[in-house]
Amino acid sequence: MTLFGIPLETHPIWLTLQVATITTIVLLVIGVPIAWGLSRMRSRWRVVFEALVSLPLVLPPTVLGFYLIIAMNPNGPLTEFLGLFGFSGQLTFNFTGLVIGSVLFSLPFMVQPMMSAFQGLSEEVLDAARLMRAGFVDRFFSVILPLSRQGLLVGSVLTFAHTVGEFGVVLMVGGNIEGQTRMVSIAIFDHVESFEYAQAHLLSAVMVIFAFATLVGVYLINRRFSARLG
Amino acid sequence: MFAGNLTLTVGDFRMASGDFAFESDGVTALFGRSGSGKSTLLRAMAGLDRHTRGRLRFHDEVWQDGRRGLPAEQRDIGMVFQHAALLAHRTVRGNLDFAARRAPTDRGAAIDRDQIIERTGIAPLLDRAVANLSGGERQRIAIARALIGRPRVLMMDEPLAALDWRAKAELLDLFETVIRDFGIPTVLITHAPAEVERLADRVVFMADGRVERVEALREALGRADSPLFTEEGPVASLEGHLEPVADDPHRLSFITRPRAATDMPVTLWLAHDGRPTNTGSRRLRVRGDDVALARGPVTGISVQNQVAGRIEHIETSRPGRAAVFLELADGQRLVSEVTAHTIDSMGLADGQSVTALIKGAALMG
Repeated sequence: MTLFGIPLETHPIWLTLQVATITTIVLLVIGVPIAWGLSRMRSRWRVVFEALVSLPLVLPPTVLGFYLIIAMNPNGPLTEFLGLFGFSGQLTFNFTGLVIGSVLFSLPFMVQPMMSAFQGLSEEVLDAARLMRAGFVDRFFSVILPLSRQGLLVGSVLTFAHTVGEFGVVLMVGGNIEGQTRMVSIAIFDHVESFEYAQAHLLSAVMVIFAFATLVGVYLINRRFSARLG
Repeated sequence: MFAGNLTLTVGDFRMASGDFAFESDGVTALFGRSGSGKSTLLRAMAGLDRHTRGRLRFHDEVWQDGRRGLPAEQRDIGMVFQHAALLAHRTVRGNLDFAARRAPTDRGAAIDRDQIIERTGIAPLLDRAVANLSGGERQRIAIARALIGRPRVLMMDEPLAALDWRAKAELLDLFETVIRDFGIPTVLITHAPAEVERLADRVVFMADGRVERVEALREALGRADSPLFTEEGPVASLEGHLEPVADDPHRLSFITRPRAATDMPVTLWLAHDGRPTNTGSRRLRVRGDDVALARGPVTGISVQNQVAGRIEHIETSRPGRAAVFLELADGQRLVSEVTAHTIDSMGLADGQSVTALIKGAALMG
């Protein structure tokens, strides 16, 4: 595909969107329960878990990427552990590796907004729902999540956007295999390295427009929510 | 019937109720100063805190046995919290639907939904979001929502504490009529004696995290050292019927309810500001300060309410003052607070017949 006479590789774009979407879904499934558990935890071990979840925020992505390569290489502990369940194959330098790396790296971006949303819930309202005979699962889906939707939205968007913008972890865990694991951020780096500034410009512009549109959308929805919830 | 002995520690505060037992019909007030453990006991009774220990029975059902408690969602309790606890992501109607959809069909108070909406006066609010409602409106919705859930017990945790005086007065009227007419056993937390006197049939007195005593309202108002009496002195609560007076919008008549078949009702006249008011079955709160005593009916005096009574007993209410408890012709009790000097100079003593003069302005309809 060409745009303004410049060749535009679409594969990195699709791959990036796919990884980001799947990462967001996986984190909704595992990050939301983690956030709930942490927000209700009264033990003094809570700080330890909170620090663990937030580690990716402060670590250089290369550190996380390095440990992931060690854990996920064909003879690594994670691969061998999965082997016990009949898994055979490779975790690094493919799509699976990209998703695993992104999930770990974006964990705090889902967990932290959700935790603060959960902590902001009124205990009285949850008690009221219980006394109206709503059991835990009922309560979780009919009261807790709807009242935390702002956190849900912020967490999902941050996760998605953060995955799109990732560089270090995906480069180390996914590598830079054209047509397989080359994501947009890496493709731009590649073009710059090879002095293909026109292609780098085009991809960068696509990213800027996408990121800007996403954020405007989020703030719009956010404003409507706040107005409704008062 | 509630019977049990519950303990619950929340932070630094420990509630250890001690053995208690009280009938559940009518309205039971949990009364005590703030920090006396009322809310903690109510939360323990509702099963809202998993750290609750001890025993609790509701009739012949076991609600708490040691560490094990019947889950709160299975106790059929309709709860009204101080701040209403409405679901902010739903409209008013959505809040009612939430309760209705989860209500049992085979037990609890089956009251027609439209009737609940009409009695609580929330029909105009149904399609509103709950965010911009006033405190009084929120509490009306909270009580409607609680009733729609077909509770076996209604529990209210200081439902009026956060309201301004006008909303408080309106909701007190609403509670008085709704609770009585629908006949749902109610446990009400309050630290306001006026609410106890208007609503309660019995009082559970709490102090320092435990249940001090359980008394019928009549007993609780029959002793000068009652915790229900504040700096305004002893108070009586009369049961009766409030009725408009033909041709006079500024007066109401209050006809008391005789306690026994042989007793005679007493009629009192009330000043009224002309606002629409809940007539019908009501309670009237009469301060001892507003009741003077005479040996017989007095003529040529502005006081219109003159009621014959017999002195039950006289107690010192505070230094230099005495509470004179009177039994009226209807068998109900009125109290007058006079100086100790008056007792001596009039020679008042138990068993004597006197006339109680009640200032009309004290009795607002």
